Amino acid sequence: MEHIRMPKVENVRLLDRLSSRRAVVGTLYLTATHVIFVENGSETRKETWVLHSQISSIEKQATTATGCPLLIRCKNFQVIQLVIPQERDCHDVYISLIRLARPVKYEELYCFSFNPKLDKEEREQGWKLVDLNEEYNRMGVPNNYWQISDVNRDYGVCDSYPTEVYVPKSATAHIIVGSSKFRSRRRFPALSYYCKGNNASICRSSQPLSGFSARCLEDEQMLQAIRKANPGSDFIYVVDTRPKLNAMANRAAGKGYENEDNYSNIKFQFIGIENIHVMRNSLQKMLEVCELKSPSMSDFLWGLENSGWLKHIKAIMDAGIFIAKAVAEEGVSVLVHCSDGWDRTAQVCSVASLLLDPYYRTMKGFMVLIEKDWVSFGHKFNHRYGNLDGDPKEISPVIDQFIECVWQLMEQFPCAFEFNERFLIHIQHHIYSCQFGNFLCNSQKERRELKIKERTYSLWAHLWKNRADYLNPLYRSDHSQSQGTLHPQIAPCNFLYKFWSGMYNRFEKGLHPRQSVTDYLMAVKEETQQLEEELEVLQERLANLQKSQSGNNKVKSKQQDRSKQFGLYTSNNSLANTPQEYSNDLKSFPSRSPSQGDEDSALILTQDNLKSSDPDLSANSDQESGVEDLSCRSPSGGGCLPSEDSGKDSDEAVFLAG
Amino acid sequence: MEFAELIKTPRADNVVLHRPFHLAVEGTLCLTGHHLIFSSRRHDNAEELWLLHSNIDSIDKRFVGSLGTIVIKCKDLRIIQLDIPGMEECLNIASSIEALSTLDSVTLMYPFFYRPMFEVLEDGWSSFLLEQEFELLSSVTNEWRLSCVNKEFSVCPSYPPVVIVPKSIDDDALRKVALFRHGGRFPVLSYYHKKNGMAMLRSSQPLTGTNGRRCKEDEKLVNATLRTGRRGFVIDTRTLTVAQQARAKGGGFEQEVHYPQWRRIHKYIERFNILQESFIKLVEACNDQSHNMDRWLSKLEASNWLTHIKELLTAACLAAQCIDREGASVLVHGSEGTDSTLQVTSLAQIILDPRCRTIRGFEALIVREWLQAGHPFQQRCAQSAYSNSKQKWEAPVFLLFLECVWQIHRQFPCSFEFNEQFLIMLFEHAYASQFGTFLGNNENERAKLKLPQKTMSLWSWVNRPEELSRFQNPLYEANSLVIWPSVAPQSLQLWEGVFLRWNRPSRFLEEAEEERINIIKYNKELQARVNALRRRLAELEAEDEEVQEE
Repeated sequence: MEHIRMPKVENVRLLDRLSSRRAVVGTLYLTATHVIFVENGSETRKETWVLHSQISSIEKQATTATGCPLLIRCKNFQVIQLVIPQERDCHDVYISLIRLARPVKYEELYCFSFNPKLDKEEREQGWKLVDLNEEYNRMGVPNNYWQISDVNRDYGVCDSYPTEVYVPKSATAHIIVGSSKFRSRRRFPALSYYCKGNNASICRSSQPLSGFSARCLEDEQMLQAIRKANPGSDFIYVVDTRPKLNAMANRAAGKGYENEDNYSNIKFQFIGIENIHVMRNSLQKMLEVCELKSPSMSDFLWGLENSGWLKHIKAIMDAGIFIAKAVAEEGVSVLVHCSDGWDRTAQVCSVASLLLDPYYRTMKGFMVLIEKDWVSFGHKFNHRYGNLDGDPKEISPVIDQFIECVWQLMEQFPCAFEFNERFLIHIQHHIYSCQFGNFLCNSQKERRELKIKERTYSLWAHLWKNRADYLNPLYRSDHSQSQGTLHPQIAPCNFLYKFWSGMYNRFEKGLHPRQSVTDYLMAVKEETQQLEEELEVLQERLANLQKSQSGNNKVKSKQQDRSKQFGLYTSNNSLANTPQEYSNDLKSFPSRSPSQGDEDSALILTQDNLKSSDPDLSANSDQESGVEDLSCRSPSGGGCLPSEDSGKDSDEAVFLAG
Repeated sequence: MEFAELIKTPRADNVVLHRPFHLAVEGTLCLTGHHLIFSSRRHDNAEELWLLHSNIDSIDKRFVGSLGTIVIKCKDLRIIQLDIPGMEECLNIASSIEALSTLDSVTLMYPFFYRPMFEVLEDGWSSFLLEQEFELLSSVTNEWRLSCVNKEFSVCPSYPPVVIVPKSIDDDALRKVALFRHGGRFPVLSYYHKKNGMAMLRSSQPLTGTNGRRCKEDEKLVNATLRTGRRGFVIDTRTLTVAQQARAKGGGFEQEVHYPQWRRIHKYIERFNILQESFIKLVEACNDQSHNMDRWLSKLEASNWLTHIKELLTAACLAAQCIDREGASVLVHGSEGTDSTLQVTSLAQIILDPRCRTIRGFEALIVREWLQAGHPFQQRCAQSAYSNSKQKWEAPVFLLFLECVWQIHRQFPCSFEFNEQFLIMLFEHAYASQFGTFLGNNENERAKLKLPQKTMSLWSWVNRPEELSRFQNPLYEANSLVIWPSVAPQSLQLWEGVFLRWNRPSRFLEEAEEERINIIKYNKELQARVNALRRRLAELEAEDEEVQEE
């Protein structure tokens, strides 16, 4: 609280990014956890809530006659442009936000004050939803080849690893410790995924400290042990996910990659995924493209290409495809590493697992996957996503890229995933929101020290509770796409990598399809389920009636009018929209009759949901019910509402503005 | 001419067919007058491939020893490869295919020989008559009339015999106006917006020339569509510079002095060879099997195809906006008024008119705004993206229109009665078909060719219930509103269904579509069963009550 210099500013204007002249006036509040903008106007009082932890940058722009503009960019890709009348107020808000957006200790984060009104038991249950022991058992370990090792039980060997790791049975503690000393940050090879069908496995580690010629007997034995754990194959792949040049450069620093000559029966392979700095810049460039005001098609495509973003996504996907193929088709085990083995390695292992095992394509399985490959193996969430104030060079959209890979796969295999796009978007949001404790800190060790499970809530339980919102209507557990390995194509003309506007232009609803097939089908399925229930009741009543007809036993129950109850998806409200600015030529043209009938825009006014961001995500004051009016949930909901049209005089603005 | 003369080797055995995403199959290749037929009976599942010669865009042959290989590139963008043993056979077959796929005479085309195997329930040639349209129009307004001034195609050779014009303009005036417009294409009604009584007209450019010629009748005609005191918009699909240059060749544009109630907007839409080149480049990019993402994106960008899509959609939205939002009448034209003009007027109707988003309404739109309006299909669709020969009048104008419809469809997936397959089917038939619908360049040519008498209409086939069911969008719910698409680059995508159709494994997407259909179907079945049960229960309960009362 001491950081808030200015808790409230009035007469602030919130600009629409797509049309600078369409602005709304309201009051800006700074609270300990949120920036809140409340629109003036008696009826709607639309609110925009932004968590401090979502703020990635704040920019104070040159003061103009109308006030002092403040540009807030968020990690969930929302961009908010405010104009504050007084320069001094603006400065105070700016200084306050700079501090609020960069907390210095974990205790300042929202998850420590966030209270979803669950009791202790519910909280504990929530944390138990995803259980990695259960997961390894599901995979089929421990077994004859793999065992759990307690060598790291006090984080004594590797402080960024979990306490419980699976290693080949023949790998003794001596071998593990020896190998760990030969690996960056002592991240020794450990099991990530085991394929029950053919004993092939995916293991992960960091780079070896091989320099130009160093060797380590235990490390060689460790890789040998991994090979032996797969008796069907006489070699293993060692996949270095870095570009060869980077790996070679590391040798000069006493690090590097495996020399095939020193290890018996390995096949070494570079994959060429760029490092976190390249990825950070690439995202930056792509977001610049997204922020362009009315870009031409060439501007956009050129910018997209120039950002290299899709190239990087493809590189990660290709690596995953390579590994999945090795495991599933060749039955060969793979050891994956990059430098430290916590970024690219996590991406690639999780993409491969997702391709290999249909379980990870279910909602629960996906949570498990993130927990397994990312959270437990010490992906540095705090550093990468800037939860606490830290080195900006550590920040990089590593897990964002993985999430995008999943989305690209969902586009190619529409029936293969139990969850929908919204699930991915909400996970991405919460990785940055710090509303739940799951992604705090850089390692399991740190989380245990902070007593995360006692002090915060689990995102997984929250998502699970609302799972109806996240279902993919096309998914059936008995469908062929939800069985076995996925085999995506590699060439861009066979596997179209698309720009994900649902993510990167998430808050520009006007750019998205105005009708959601997913929501429509979910509504139909919900109705179908209720019809099934009713059918059963009716059949029973009929049977009773027929039985009792002789006895004149009258069964009466209230008739339900289904058609009224389920009018929801027949509504056309979702279509209400208005034209964009298709031409500048119209603007000076004055003739517009006020009597003109505007049925389509009139419908906009019936929308009661005018929140600019999902209340759930923007952490509304009422956490629980907030989820219920997710603006994009039902097909008749406001999700299809183009953001620029949420005002009353929507269509007027199109012409008179600009 | 006998086709047999062109077929030197009618049949070859042990031919191997290669297609992307299919295993190679061995079989027999047969050539007939209009088809290339490949059949394989070796496997349990006998397979047949029938390819219309007219669908073949280009053919390459090469030899390795005595094994010849023919690569056939089709107008629907598919590429197949045939390995034919024997050099002579291969050469013969290649030259036959080349000859048969490039027949000059329209009357030798397959539609003149095709005998349908289905019962004709409705003759598609008379399914969509302008008279019917006019009847509908008459029920809401009496400001328009049907004119037969072009009965003999003498006033405008590329117009249909009947057109809808303002009631106050008589045929004599129309004749004068025709002389003032390129190709005689005087302004006619394209669309009447019932909601506010505004009209969309289309025409060709006025022949003002360098000395600013004017035509009072033309001015009177267009002004007759305006409400008193209101203005209209002329949407010229050329840039101002191009329009100005056109004056030197006798063309021109409506000048403010003579058309004071009209405001002119130049909204450039790409045309002719530039479009065709863009099409060729795009298809080439889509066939590039390279794994390099940069290369793919840069080729996609360099093709400019999506730029054309964006420009066209923007122009159509603008026209729709003028009518619906500004409450103004609109006149659309470019130079000839047979290409970009029709793209704009027909897309604007998709946006404005819910009827055009139904199957029959869309068919009617194509008949009215493309076929009857004189889009030269035969010239534009003579060759597709693989053609080696020098282009003359080819341009993917219609394909671009279909893709724009697809883009809008993608943004409003529940507002169209038809599905993507319907659009793809129209693309295929515009380029090669057993039906006569897309033959000829205008109604005049079609009448001369006696197409309605000698060929079958595509609509006779499509509108049969069996066929229709394949083209229905399971998600459709009639939506009476105007639908405004987003034209931002982030909202537009490559039309995979056409451009990557043969280059992507389609199974997963087809399965998804099947799933969608099943979800809806099951829901409807349940609905019906529940309703039936409810009725039955109500009856029984009523009986019950009667029994009790007695």
